[in-house]
Amino acid sequence: MQNTISQPQLQAGANVPRGVSRARIVGIIGVVVAALLISAVVLRVDATKFSTLNIPQPGAPPNQPLARIPLPTVATVIVLQGLLGLVGLYIALRQRMQWITLYVSTMIGLAFFTILLWAVAGSSVDLVDVLARVVRLATPITLGALAGLICERSGVVNIAIEGTMLFGACIGFIVAMVSGSTTLGVLAAMLTGSLVSALHAVLSVNFKVDQIISGTVINLLAVGVTGYLRGSFIIGYEQRNGADITAQALPVLRIPGLSQIPVLGPIFFSHQPITYIMLILVFAINLLLFRTVWGLRTRAIGEHPKAADTVGIQVNRMRFWNVVASGLISGLAGAWFSLESTFRFDDVMTNGRGFIALAAMIFGKWTPLGAFGGALLFSSADALQIKIQGFNFGLPRQFLQMLPYLVTLVVLAGIIGRARPPAAVGQPYEKG
Amino acid sequence: MAVQLDAPLAPQRRSFATAFLRGALVPLLAILTALLVGAIIIWFSAPADRGTRFEVVVAAYRGLFLGAFGGRQAIANTLVEATPYILAGLAVAVAFKCGLFNIGAEGQLFLGALAAATVGASQLGLPAIIHLPLALLAGALAGGIWAAIPGYLRARTGAHEVITTIMLNYIAFRLLDYLVTGPLKDPGASALRTPFVASAAQLPRFIGPLEDPGLTGGQTYRPLIVTADPEWNLRLHLGFAIAILAVWGIWWLLNRTTTGFEIRTVGANPEAARYAGMSITKNFVVAMALSGALAGLAGSGQVLGVEHNVKSLFSSGYGFDSIAIALLAKSNPIAIIPAAVFWGALNNGRGLMQAQTGISIELIRIVQALTIMFVAADQIVRWIYRIRRPIGDQVVFSRGWGK
Repeated sequence: MQNTISQPQLQAGANVPRGVSRARIVGIIGVVVAALLISAVVLRVDATKFSTLNIPQPGAPPNQPLARIPLPTVATVIVLQGLLGLVGLYIALRQRMQWITLYVSTMIGLAFFTILLWAVAGSSVDLVDVLARVVRLATPITLGALAGLICERSGVVNIAIEGTMLFGACIGFIVAMVSGSTTLGVLAAMLTGSLVSALHAVLSVNFKVDQIISGTVINLLAVGVTGYLRGSFIIGYEQRNGADITAQALPVLRIPGLSQIPVLGPIFFSHQPITYIMLILVFAINLLLFRTVWGLRTRAIGEHPKAADTVGIQVNRMRFWNVVASGLISGLAGAWFSLESTFRFDDVMTNGRGFIALAAMIFGKWTPLGAFGGALLFSSADALQIKIQGFNFGLPRQFLQMLPYLVTLVVLAGIIGRARPPAAVGQPYEKG
Repeated sequence: MAVQLDAPLAPQRRSFATAFLRGALVPLLAILTALLVGAIIIWFSAPADRGTRFEVVVAAYRGLFLGAFGGRQAIANTLVEATPYILAGLAVAVAFKCGLFNIGAEGQLFLGALAAATVGASQLGLPAIIHLPLALLAGALAGGIWAAIPGYLRARTGAHEVITTIMLNYIAFRLLDYLVTGPLKDPGASALRTPFVASAAQLPRFIGPLEDPGLTGGQTYRPLIVTADPEWNLRLHLGFAIAILAVWGIWWLLNRTTTGFEIRTVGANPEAARYAGMSITKNFVVAMALSGALAGLAGSGQVLGVEHNVKSLFSSGYGFDSIAIALLAKSNPIAIIPAAVFWGALNNGRGLMQAQTGISIELIRIVQALTIMFVAADQIVRWIYRIRRPIGDQVVFSRGWGK
């Protein structure tokens, strides 16, 4: 009898998140990662080798860089990772909870940098190009995270981002190919995104279907419909009118003046249009969400819809339109795949970026700036694996390709702590 | 009829037929609606040289039906197609019962297939009665371990299984690619594939001719009944029986054992389950491991019964299709069988449909996606056909992020 009573309490106790010791865990992980990387580099790299980082002069040919920084590979890695390990030890001993997010980000970033140094040992790499690539590859992830964030802040889970992107990429590409105007294609992608999102809104807000199921349905529908369109229209059209297709991928727009700044110019001001829109949207949505009436209301219907209803906000109508608006952004992210990064449409070309976007959103604790940070983390994994493939590196390429997904998994696995989503997310609102 | 069924004063004791109709009505109407929408798409994309639009629609569905059920061979092939769907659909359904959404069945299936192929291809010199179960067990184990990770993460850290299972899918694909093109590649073959499984580890066909060892890497695959009659050369293999057995086993486990009761209770109301002394962590891990084991078994069945090796591009779509089947069957283990056979029939019949009418086989994917949409959003079907929802009919699938 005594046993049956004490058991629930035991179980409940076991399920309490171990907040205090999390600093310890993260700190120890940091020490282990540092030790692993140092020993790997010491064992595998010749101590006399240098990794040269090139900083190019904007506008000048690549063989006249602004600076050439030769770093002794092994020594640099020992210093960087050694520092990281010491900080980890400090966090573990002193249990500095407030340092965890920053420490984890730094740990992942430095691990990538170490792998880069390791890969280019005895050779050189254009560091600015790597960083510019990181920003560029962060575009779809950030946009997806922003779209997810608007939905979730309003109380609607949207795992349909992936499918919405795919729809946008496909329809946007078709419109651009047929009309000859890439701009029209981008607009079509956004419109498609909002229509697909409207379907999610109808299902989840009006019909009150389980939001995760509704999102999955859209993801499935996206694979089927875009596959059908590619097989029955795009391929045939390309074969028939190969020479007449005049549309091209969106051009690189170098912002006059700003793009000439060394380092910062190539990283932030020499991109294609959707990347600029992404950078602007991060700050715009941050402003909208936290400084306007719309933002306040959106956050209200996501946290406490009943209270919002009481003060006269039409919860379901607002949720509907916010989900539709988020579709414009995921549609734009879709356009990045087929109209900006390349001018092509492939089956399932979004490759899980929509889900990584959601992880970035969670990593950023449902804030636009945080989501951008998360997206940079994931895209740097992506940029790293693409960049490294050119070098003769010990690891098989498949393991490098796993990196973005592994990082997502590790980050989501709560290394940064249990994130707190908007309180009413996932629950349909019924008046009364 | 429908109105009468759902009347609030319906008698308490219902016959089996009424219960069946009540449960199957909405999925059947969902399938019907999806096929109607498919017909509209065919109507508008019909090729001009194949008769009137109406004729094309009729010919397409006729081809689909004959391709799936027109004759002994077609039916056997449909059942072969359905076999992995039964197991993978069951996998998703088990997770649903625990309130978990296993989107990662595909990755678990791949790893299960790879493990089964590795054990199956090793020349252990064991008799079939040991080697075959060993290979199946390896597949189930690989899938189960891979799926237990997201279950544990969900319970301990709150990382949502929808995202973690998808990430593990991508990791599994890369891992598979690495292993099949590298360490596990058949050194004697130019194609990127693992070696053929040993004869002792194959899931034998029920009836058919002996297979030519020249085509199977020197292995002699022997069906249970050997016949030279081409009429009886059927691809149906023992895996189908195993799948049916698994359905019964899962039904028994869920409805007749303490483990099953705990899984269902945690799925229905985790707070209540915890209050009653059940461990959420344990049940999440057990349900996901079970789910992954079934998915792994689905992959093993494909390898040991159909493919006999793993290619670097094995096959795809099982993961999402299995979700569809679990939804279509409303997570009821018994109902998984007809749902999977329906799915197998669509996949098996679409080839003839394309051959006879020139309609792209991708159309079937749209019909499948629409079917899931109408089943998942049964409110739409109820709204179209004016069917009221019986009280207590809600099936819990999953919950929001942090809970």
